Amino acid sequence: MFYRENGQFKSSYASDLQMLPILQDRLFMAGLLVVAFVAVPLFVSDYLFLAILIPFLILALAAIGLNLLVGYCGQISIGHAAFMAVGAYSAYNLALRIPQLNFLVVLVLSGLIASAVGLVFGLPSLRIKGLYLAVATLAAQFFMDWLFARVKWFTNYAPSVSPAPIEIFGWKVDSPLDKYLFVLCVLTVFTLLARNLVRGHIGREWMAIRDMDVAAEVIGIRPVYAKLTAFAVSSFYVGVAGALWGFVQLGAWEPLAFDLNLSLSLLFMIIIGGMGSLLGSYFGAAFIVTLPILLNQVPAALGVPIPTAMNAHLESMIFGALIIFFLIVEPQGLARLWAIGKEKLRLWPFPH
Amino acid sequence: MLKKHWPVILLGIALLVGLALPLATGASAPGFYIEVLLGGLMTGVLYSLVAMGFALIFKASGVFNFAQGTMVLFAALAVARMAESMPLWVAILLAMGIMVVLAFLIERIVLRPLVNQEGVALLMATLGVTYFLDGLGQIVWGSDVYEINLGIGKEPVMILQNVFEGGILVNKEDFAAALVATALVAALAVFFQKTPTGRALRAVADDHQAAQSIGIPLNWIWVIVWSVAGFVALVAGVIWGSKLGVQFSLSQVALKALPVVILGGFTSVTGSIVGGLIIGVGEKMSEVFLGPILVKTFDLAGGGIENWFAYVLALLFLLVRPEGLFGEKLIDRV
Amino acid sequence: MDAGSNFVHFRRRVTMKLTSNSAMLSAALAVSGAAALLGAAQVQAQAKEQFFPVLSYRTGAYAPNGIPFANGYVDYLKLIDARDGGINGVKITFEECETGYATDRGVECYERLKGKGPTGATAFHPLSTGITFALTDKSFTDHIPIITTGYGRADSVDGAVFGWNFPLGGTYWDAADMLVQEVGKKEGGLDKLKGKKIALVYHDSPYGKEPIALLEERAKMHGFQLLLLPVTHPGVEQKATWLQIRQQRPDYVFLWGWGVMNSTAIKEAVATGYPREKMYGVWWSGAEPDVVPAGDGAKGYNALVFLAPAGMGQVHKDIIKYVYDKGQGTGKKEEVGEVLYNRGLAAAMVTVEAVRKAQVNYGKKPLTGMQVRWGLENLSIDQAMIKKLGFEGFMTPVSTSCVNHAGEAQAQIETWDGKKWQVHPGVLHADNAIIKPMIRASAEKYATEKKITKRDCGKESG
Repeated sequence: MFYRENGQFKSSYASDLQMLPILQDRLFMAGLLVVAFVAVPLFVSDYLFLAILIPFLILALAAIGLNLLVGYCGQISIGHAAFMAVGAYSAYNLALRIPQLNFLVVLVLSGLIASAVGLVFGLPSLRIKGLYLAVATLAAQFFMDWLFARVKWFTNYAPSVSPAPIEIFGWKVDSPLDKYLFVLCVLTVFTLLARNLVRGHIGREWMAIRDMDVAAEVIGIRPVYAKLTAFAVSSFYVGVAGALWGFVQLGAWEPLAFDLNLSLSLLFMIIIGGMGSLLGSYFGAAFIVTLPILLNQVPAALGVPIPTAMNAHLESMIFGALIIFFLIVEPQGLARLWAIGKEKLRLWPFPH
Repeated sequence: MLKKHWPVILLGIALLVGLALPLATGASAPGFYIEVLLGGLMTGVLYSLVAMGFALIFKASGVFNFAQGTMVLFAALAVARMAESMPLWVAILLAMGIMVVLAFLIERIVLRPLVNQEGVALLMATLGVTYFLDGLGQIVWGSDVYEINLGIGKEPVMILQNVFEGGILVNKEDFAAALVATALVAALAVFFQKTPTGRALRAVADDHQAAQSIGIPLNWIWVIVWSVAGFVALVAGVIWGSKLGVQFSLSQVALKALPVVILGGFTSVTGSIVGGLIIGVGEKMSEVFLGPILVKTFDLAGGGIENWFAYVLALLFLLVRPEGLFGEKLIDRV
Repeated sequence: MDAGSNFVHFRRRVTMKLTSNSAMLSAALAVSGAAALLGAAQVQAQAKEQFFPVLSYRTGAYAPNGIPFANGYVDYLKLIDARDGGINGVKITFEECETGYATDRGVECYERLKGKGPTGATAFHPLSTGITFALTDKSFTDHIPIITTGYGRADSVDGAVFGWNFPLGGTYWDAADMLVQEVGKKEGGLDKLKGKKIALVYHDSPYGKEPIALLEERAKMHGFQLLLLPVTHPGVEQKATWLQIRQQRPDYVFLWGWGVMNSTAIKEAVATGYPREKMYGVWWSGAEPDVVPAGDGAKGYNALVFLAPAGMGQVHKDIIKYVYDKGQGTGKKEEVGEVLYNRGLAAAMVTVEAVRKAQVNYGKKPLTGMQVRWGLENLSIDQAMIKKLGFEGFMTPVSTSCVNHAGEAQAQIETWDGKKWQVHPGVLHADNAIIKPMIRASAEKYATEKKITKRDCGKESG
């Protein structure tokens, strides 16, 4: 009844090609932005910022990056935390050695460096695919782990890396609210960028490669170009997310902070959230961030406290079970549930 | 032939040269060189024990079982904990039973609903199984370090003391591991070639639908395959566990078996042995001989090359010969 | 046509199945989400309570060592409540948070627990040098003490720069120094170390890397060669490391491991035939979980022991009486009295005593982190007090000040005889003449890098 396109006519090509053609969608998005930028800062406690919102936003960015590669282009990668590490360490070194650079410039540069590295490790995708590629990306993961632990220059000869607080044009990003707003701005810009990328011809090339690579080549899509750009863009996103993760979320980190577990977490996020869907990346990130906290609070709230070790193991079991559940029942993840909901909403209150 | 296979031949020559270098340049005493070689071979045998499980499952059902490492840990935990209250051989038998039940459950709950999905989805499903078993194993059996006592002495034995100065250090446990692995391979070979079930497994590996059409019960075959892989995991778990102690990190060491399978070929049991040996020797050699050179040249904070050596080697192999040394060639080029 | 309608029918059925599954899933998610928010919004009881956060790791590769420490810590808190009714009537509440020895989870636990309780968290024991590095930066804004008994940053002894870190009992520079002195004694004098080789097998993390600076300094001073052999987490693969040791044949091996790395190192030493008598572990590589898995092969292995060796005393009897006999024990009763358990006890004890000391100044009520910090800086636990608390034989005196957040570091050497640890007589002290300048230099560097204003200790003692 409320959610339909009836009566919304487009009178120009521009309006036909817009990102959110339905008025209700535009209103919803506007509302969401208002809530995110205005309402949340007003009503949310510091703890929720630091424990849930900021990691959620940064991991959503990383998940979008991985989704571009795995969900849209079909190239599997289980070593993406390595590129997060590249982004984080590049940002640290840039901020340390060229302190005059604006942090935004540092972010973009570290993304570009991660992109270059991702390109190199994406070269095998030109010859192998599927789970062979997965193992090749593991090589990237372990090599980067080793590189940052061994080559002392990257960590400035210290065992642990700890950058100075961020300052942009005089605005000190150190309180939880500041950090939240900063990350939110970065995320909005990058999501917009990603949305347009996947709507455009690059995105279509990626999806063609994902669906039927041989046929795509036959109709003239160059697989080299498509796959390498997928790796490059994906690593860019993930590199920026890594820089944010290190600077904003962790504050101080060591090479183990970007290990295989983080890579697998990212993969879980997009499997559970929905591969090939930007909204899915958000859902997946939200899920992975809140699950441990849920596991912690819910039993305590219900009066049945669980010892911490059991909690951690239960978390592991639930992750595993949920992955299998989602793969069997809803391979397209939570995003598909959302889409089904919207479809139902279009018909409501009619059943069909 | 030379023109077609030049990358493989080049890689082979590079590896052999690298292998012979420390001995040729006299950078190491020959006795010590042989010790490192033996150490590498023994480590390689351990890797191949785990890799065999991978190869078996992939051979018969086309599923890449990421959970093999966790199955090793799970089996080892079961044996270690149960052996605390009963004789070891009883614990091993019971653990085998548990692995069969596990195989049955995995086939039922995970594999059957995902039958026609592509390899990547199945890989991710086994990833889910990994996490599930990790958590379950530790809840049921605990997080401490547990012992498996096979009764083999831990002290090393010196041999060939008259040939090489100081003798060569050989570990009895490693030796036993090598024997067991050989026996296992022989048993598996007999199983696959001579028994009807083994032949049925090979038929399923070749073509699921054809096998079904001649009356081979697919679901049962998969249960059997996963049980056999479970048995291999049990053997690997007992040997690894006796050597390193049974605790959580065991499953992560098994990740090393992935490059082994790539080197040897996803569908070949012989390949996993050969691949394991190559990776084991390569790792130890590069760590002991190449490591210090790199540390000095680049002022690195210590070695640790063996963490990525196996993977980079596998990567190189993937680029020049994706099907591995003994695998079947895939005709799928884009 | 038929196929078409069948297909539509099938699709609708599948969609219905999917949507009914989806509906269930969405409902479950909604319920849990609501419950979580409810739980998070729970108002803490505003009673007279002092909240103690407990960062622990009971899972993962370091669990064998993390579990007894956490048990000891928590048991002592329970004892204070059960036997004494709290600290001067202020009850202790605590909550554990699983870090898995991972820095990011440690930071997450810290953020979650720092505001709990009527006055916030009392103090944090990160039990990981990596987590300590991360929390140190936050301490300057959050004003909560970070107590790192025998670990953490070696330069955090300097309280003027590191106002909130308390490496009570000694740091890794002290430990490394003591080990060098011990092997020097074995050789017949520090000058006899010239030309010798000492290998450091260390955990590849901030924890393992911390002693390197001091060892390099000492190597320069005395002319011995330092061989650095890092072992990657989790530390199960050490074959290549020990093959290198067999090749290089160092005279001594210092072990700086944690978790399963320790037992693996000793097992590999057995397998390659390196004499365990020449192995010296730091005080975190000298506990029962490290030597028992190697069986008889571990006989002769030496380690440092500081603050609290293994054994049972008055406080243990009290714990058994007031906690375990009432069914409130955290771990296994047989583990009470082990090395790491006692370290946990000692860590809890110094925190409780700091709160007690601070209560003298600020009143017998729940205290903030800042007030507890005052207590930590004016701590003087002497032999008489140790006896009164029931720690006689298990505790060395601790006395801190604003400039010295660690107190006097002292330790002994213990050797495993196959059944228990035999502590050698003779106390080792770190050579402050070498270490103090290093601390000052490192602290200065930190202060300039992070733009920290140094505290004026002269003015602040009150």
